Amino acid sequence: MIPEIGHYALVLALLMAVVQGTLPFVGASRGNVAWMEVARPAAYGQFLMIGLAFVALTWAFVVSDFSLQVVIQNSHSLKPMLYKVSGVWGNHEGSLVLWMVMLSGFGAAVAAFGRNIPPTLKARVLGVQGLVGVGFLLFMLLTSNPFVRVFPAPADGNDLNPLLQDPGLAFHPPFLYLGYVGFSVAFSFAAGALIEGRVDPAWGRWLRPWVLIAWASLTMGIAMGSWWAYYELGWGGWWFWDPVENASLMPWLAGTALLHSAIVVEKRDALKTWTILLAVLTFALSLMGTFLVRSGVLTSVHAFAVDPARGTAILILLLLAVGGSLLLYAMRAHTLKVGGVFAPVSREGALVLNNLLLSVSCAVVLIGTLMPLVLDAFGHKISVGAPYFNFITPFLAIPLILVMGVGPFLPWKRADLGAVLPRLGVAALLTVVAILWALWAHGVKPVMALVGAGLAAWAFCGAFAEIAERIKLFRIPLGDSLSRAASLPRGAWGTALAHAGLGIAVAGMVGTSFWLSEEIRVMKVGDQTPLAGYTFTLDKVEELRGPNYVTETGTFTIRDGDDLVATIDAEQRWYPVAKMKTTEAAIHTTFVSDLYAVLGDRTEDGTGWVVRLYHHPLVPWIWFGSIVMVLGGLLSLSDRRLRVGVPQKRAAPVRGPVAQAAE
Amino acid sequence: MMTRKKRRLYVVLLALLGLGTAAALTLSAFEENIVFFYSPSDLGARPPGDRSVRIGGLVAEGSITKQADGMTTVFQVTDMSATVPVRYTGILPDLFREGQGVVAEGRLGPDGVFVAREVLARHDENYMPPEVADALKRAGQFKPEVPGKPVYETSTTGDKVHATTTLKQ
Repeated sequence: MIPEIGHYALVLALLMAVVQGTLPFVGASRGNVAWMEVARPAAYGQFLMIGLAFVALTWAFVVSDFSLQVVIQNSHSLKPMLYKVSGVWGNHEGSLVLWMVMLSGFGAAVAAFGRNIPPTLKARVLGVQGLVGVGFLLFMLLTSNPFVRVFPAPADGNDLNPLLQDPGLAFHPPFLYLGYVGFSVAFSFAAGALIEGRVDPAWGRWLRPWVLIAWASLTMGIAMGSWWAYYELGWGGWWFWDPVENASLMPWLAGTALLHSAIVVEKRDALKTWTILLAVLTFALSLMGTFLVRSGVLTSVHAFAVDPARGTAILILLLLAVGGSLLLYAMRAHTLKVGGVFAPVSREGALVLNNLLLSVSCAVVLIGTLMPLVLDAFGHKISVGAPYFNFITPFLAIPLILVMGVGPFLPWKRADLGAVLPRLGVAALLTVVAILWALWAHGVKPVMALVGAGLAAWAFCGAFAEIAERIKLFRIPLGDSLSRAASLPRGAWGTALAHAGLGIAVAGMVGTSFWLSEEIRVMKVGDQTPLAGYTFTLDKVEELRGPNYVTETGTFTIRDGDDLVATIDAEQRWYPVAKMKTTEAAIHTTFVSDLYAVLGDRTEDGTGWVVRLYHHPLVPWIWFGSIVMVLGGLLSLSDRRLRVGVPQKRAAPVRGPVAQAAE
Repeated sequence: MMTRKKRRLYVVLLALLGLGTAAALTLSAFEENIVFFYSPSDLGARPPGDRSVRIGGLVAEGSITKQADGMTTVFQVTDMSATVPVRYTGILPDLFREGQGVVAEGRLGPDGVFVAREVLARHDENYMPPEVADALKRAGQFKPEVPGKPVYETSTTGDKVHATTTLKQ
């Protein structure tokens, strides 16, 4: 009965989305206030109905209702409760429901918190949001209905793919989707503004909190995904330039550009058409990410079994959304008035450079990801892997981070580089210190590692140099500096934190990419292996039993000389229901490095095990830096400026959909 | 203060510079870093020489052997019309088993043994890499059925009941 309620709620949600996607447009163009106002209750209703469907589906997973096909295919009665719940979005159908919860949640949030947005613009923004909802709901109901029943119901299910039964991955998709879907609001604002034919600084200000939410969530989602890949796949890598990973990186790059160009719109009324285009493209890339993951057109280590019909449907959705909005852009963009002028060397100039570099990076990733598809059409089977991306990354990352350090120091309109650069003296000095340290600790080769260490230090120190400059640190009494620091807008702190976070993450990437030590060998119980100054000893290997798996657990002790550093357990799990083996790496982290051990297969003679041991310098900083970046984003979000004229607090939209998803 | 036209010129020039650089970079990166895909039949027909390539096919039944060092595995990859021996040192991915589709990246040695630098894992046993499916199709050996069937099959048409029909009952 409950699944039928969920199914019915989905159909009702579709009807409400249709209302939300039509009447407000008509109302806005005819100046009919009542019709425009329909958007609000429709958005609330759609959110409510989809929330209901989501709760119904979650219920079916929690009580293991094996008359539902998705529950059979993705759950098992013995599965731990956390994974029963995360199993809701651990599959195609359920993840679409979660996607829609967020989409309609964002729509409802715009309806609730966008009180100061002019009524016509608001009606159109909600209308576009409704149309996107119609597309996805139709897609769900026609090709991927989560409430399909099976008769007779089997006694038990097939279990969730064991690789997904992991706390890191349980919450990775919700954050990623929150990011992807968050950009739908930017898209709706862009399309709304195009229909309206008007973009002003206020528009930039309305847009920014939504972009910030989406950006922060996407950053979090990507970081969680890479953390999962790092410890669960047992290869010790954190980023593989896999198409599925690239699919999430592209909207992030475009979204980061959008975040910065929206500042120029808000402060200087410039770069308006570009910002609109970016908003459209960012959402398009988010949709493409979904398409790439679901359609199976690209070879990916992350790919799951897929249904081509669904891929085609998403492609059609993508073409409609992007084609429609680009057509609108082509027809209306020239009507937008050109705004403020600025010199090439200025804050705006630096932000333009940021946008160019980020867009080019995005294009490079896009080309690398889609090239195999294009060449496949001509009969060449190729793959583009890490070497291609690793070759190009420095060319784009180096100027990007260099500009990032200088940009915040430049005044708006026009700047004098000669006057600005001396203020970065301390940051430059610390950068040189970092390079010298790297040189002393790890030697001159590879040179790229030294460059990377310098960049990381530059990003980090540059971020705080800007704050130090603004609070006149050490130039006025400390107490005065502190009170200046307290009265700095939160946006300034947010910028500094996010930039510093990037610096920390870059340090982590450089450390683990260039200074990694690795050892693969056969170890018997009692064997010792030296690695990077530590000694790994395989103490014992036992067979143990988990709730829905059995394991072979190898216990390693790690010593530094005679001092015990840690005792860690590496597991090989066997999930009998899913007939799958997974590797659980053992990781001991000291915050400046990770010691990492993987237990592989038993050798033929049965006395030894193939083991893989790593020493990953600085690797935890990748995720720590990402968290700092997210905090920076959230701090910016809490800036008073973004709430001016809005009586409700802005933090709610972040919470709403997440809280829903966790139910 | 700069005129609007001049500013636009700067932006356009910068954009062109960026795009030009990106194009040049991308092309040179492609030149050196793309990896071609070969099926076992292709390897025999037109050997790739010293280039690093990807091969794909099924792991032949009964072909997996461990070398004396305990870490090196030798197995045969087949597209059912040709077969190539592959040697890999290290821990194989969790889903590696006989009869499964596999993609390996590495070089073909002069002795005809493909030395794999990387053997690709997948997350889902029901998923066959498109290249492998394609290699099998070209060799006329494609069977969409893959080993490792789930406990309960719902994809067979007989027992699949749609929600709509359930509602009517």
